[in-house]
Amino acid sequence: MNKTINQKAWYFVIPVFVLVAFNAAIPLMTVVNYSFQETFGNNVFAWEGTRWFKQILLSERFHASLGRQFAFTFIILLIQIPLGIAIALTMPKKGWGVPVCLILMSMPLLIPWNVVGAMWNIFALPDIGFLGHSLNAMGFDYNFTQQPGDAWFTTILMDVWHWTSLVVLLSYAGLNSIQPAYYQAAEIDGASRWATFRYIELPKMKKVLTLAILLRFMDSFMIYTEPFVLTGGGPGNTTAFLSIDLVKMALGQFDLGPAAAMSLIYFFIVLLVCWVFYNLMMKNEAQS
Amino acid sequence: MSLELKNVEKKVGIDTHIHPTSLKLEKNTINVLLGSTLAGKTTLMQIMAGLDKPTSGEIWFDGKNVTGMKVQKRNCSMVYQQFINYPNYTVYENIASPLAITGVKNDEIKQRVGKVAELLKLSAMLNKKPDELSGGQQQRTALARALVKDSDLILLDEPLANLDFKLREELREELPKLFEDRDCIVVYATTEPSDALMIGGNTATLLEGKVIQYGKTLEVYNRPENLISAKVFSDPPMNIAEITKSGDNCKFTNNDVQWKSSAKIKDGTYKIGIRPHNITTYKEGNNSVEINGKVQISELSGSESLIHFTNGSLNWVSLSNGTQQKNVGEDTKLYMNTDEFLYFDQNNRLVNNG
Repeated sequence: MNKTINQKAWYFVIPVFVLVAFNAAIPLMTVVNYSFQETFGNNVFAWEGTRWFKQILLSERFHASLGRQFAFTFIILLIQIPLGIAIALTMPKKGWGVPVCLILMSMPLLIPWNVVGAMWNIFALPDIGFLGHSLNAMGFDYNFTQQPGDAWFTTILMDVWHWTSLVVLLSYAGLNSIQPAYYQAAEIDGASRWATFRYIELPKMKKVLTLAILLRFMDSFMIYTEPFVLTGGGPGNTTAFLSIDLVKMALGQFDLGPAAAMSLIYFFIVLLVCWVFYNLMMKNEAQS
Repeated sequence: MSLELKNVEKKVGIDTHIHPTSLKLEKNTINVLLGSTLAGKTTLMQIMAGLDKPTSGEIWFDGKNVTGMKVQKRNCSMVYQQFINYPNYTVYENIASPLAITGVKNDEIKQRVGKVAELLKLSAMLNKKPDELSGGQQQRTALARALVKDSDLILLDEPLANLDFKLREELREELPKLFEDRDCIVVYATTEPSDALMIGGNTATLLEGKVIQYGKTLEVYNRPENLISAKVFSDPPMNIAEITKSGDNCKFTNNDVQWKSSAKIKDGTYKIGIRPHNITTYKEGNNSVEINGKVQISELSGSESLIHFTNGSLNWVSLSNGTQQKNVGEDTKLYMNTDEFLYFDQNNRLVNNG
């Protein structure tokens, strides 16, 4: 049979192509463009090669903000993942409690990010905020606008409040997909609660947890709005995470070249970590 | 050693899942719970195991009242329709798990797992994970887990239902042998009458949360106490028709087929149950009668032929040996073996079986 040759189908791809071009490719190319050149305004460019990349990679300021970023992400993952699983385990599996819990859990996720920042800013103010005032009344010397430790504490607490729900919802979905017979089998074996969790629930939740960790890693690694509104990166630079530092450099100092180089490096770090993590998890998956 | 249910009842909200049931299962027996889906087989098993508490009634084991005693203390094991194994344990670790939890020494675990694995033909795959096994092997692993500890009570909840036909046949033949030398009570739930016949032992027929009849499997099959029990224990479904008897002469109410019966029952109207394999395309037994029918469906099942036909306003199912080709709509003659008729009175109780 002769195939009819008809290439018209390619036209259907055009909208996606245009969308992706304007959405991702063109803005990204602009950044690439800036990262290799010096700009003088008025569209005057001078070729700089890899100078900005070298400058960023060797700068102490970048090392410091990258370090802070990894520390922050690591801490919130360390809190949110176990906490999320723990909450999911205690949530009811049937009855009226289910919708109540699910709605309560989704609430923080529905609040706009800058509102979360503003909320926590006011909540934590040492003189009038409920949290700040209470802590001080209890005798703690708490002031997140002046003490780096307090600023970190507040930022982490805010992120935990905002995002643990996501881990809870994913874990809850994972837990609900386990057939009751598994629990009965464990019960008959005389398995302890911990053994049931370790050998049934955890392996069965592996896929959703991988997803949860990936999502939480990416989001927290790119966090901007909430700490910007809460602390503005302060006091000093102590809570200036990568994206805050990047915006400072790009819009505050108008160092467009180094900022572009930094955003590309930033982008590759996120990509690399996700890729490595995903492959590690899936490698184990293929084995089991 | 025996397991006794005394007036056990289970209600969930306003629904009654198990009507008051009394049942005594003896040591070294295989007991089949036979009934369709939602008949209460699983609920009954969970009550036996202690996974679920009865709303009222008592469970006695080995002369002790164990109602409300937790499953961990009951020394029982259970195999499910779904293949339930620990997902990231190897087959060996899976089989060893019930022993490891109770603190059996490693040497002994090794020896016992080895023995059970051999029995269930799993020796070659002890280092694999459940995901890497076929359905049959996964279920064998689950069975091995149930057998490795010396349970007093082994519950099998439709263990073969999710297996494909060939594996099911294979495992079904092996199952009774596995329990032969064991000092335990085995309970086996199934929806298939043929499973019960193959396994033997005792059978309890169940319908809508009630145990209809309990006794030796062949007895329950050959002499069902009542019409319901006969219906539950018949596949393809039993043919039921109304008859009148006067003297030795019996006659269907709906047609002119007549036969002589030696059944020692009073004259009157009865219902009779005829198993499909007692209506055949050839004569069987000394007392067969002819019946005319119009073929509705004719299908082959292995080396047997299933013919659905109508006679007057009644639908009949017949099952004959060999491949009997019939055309749909064809008028045909079939023979009923009157010796095998089951007579039920107006209260659906069996009065005589031929």
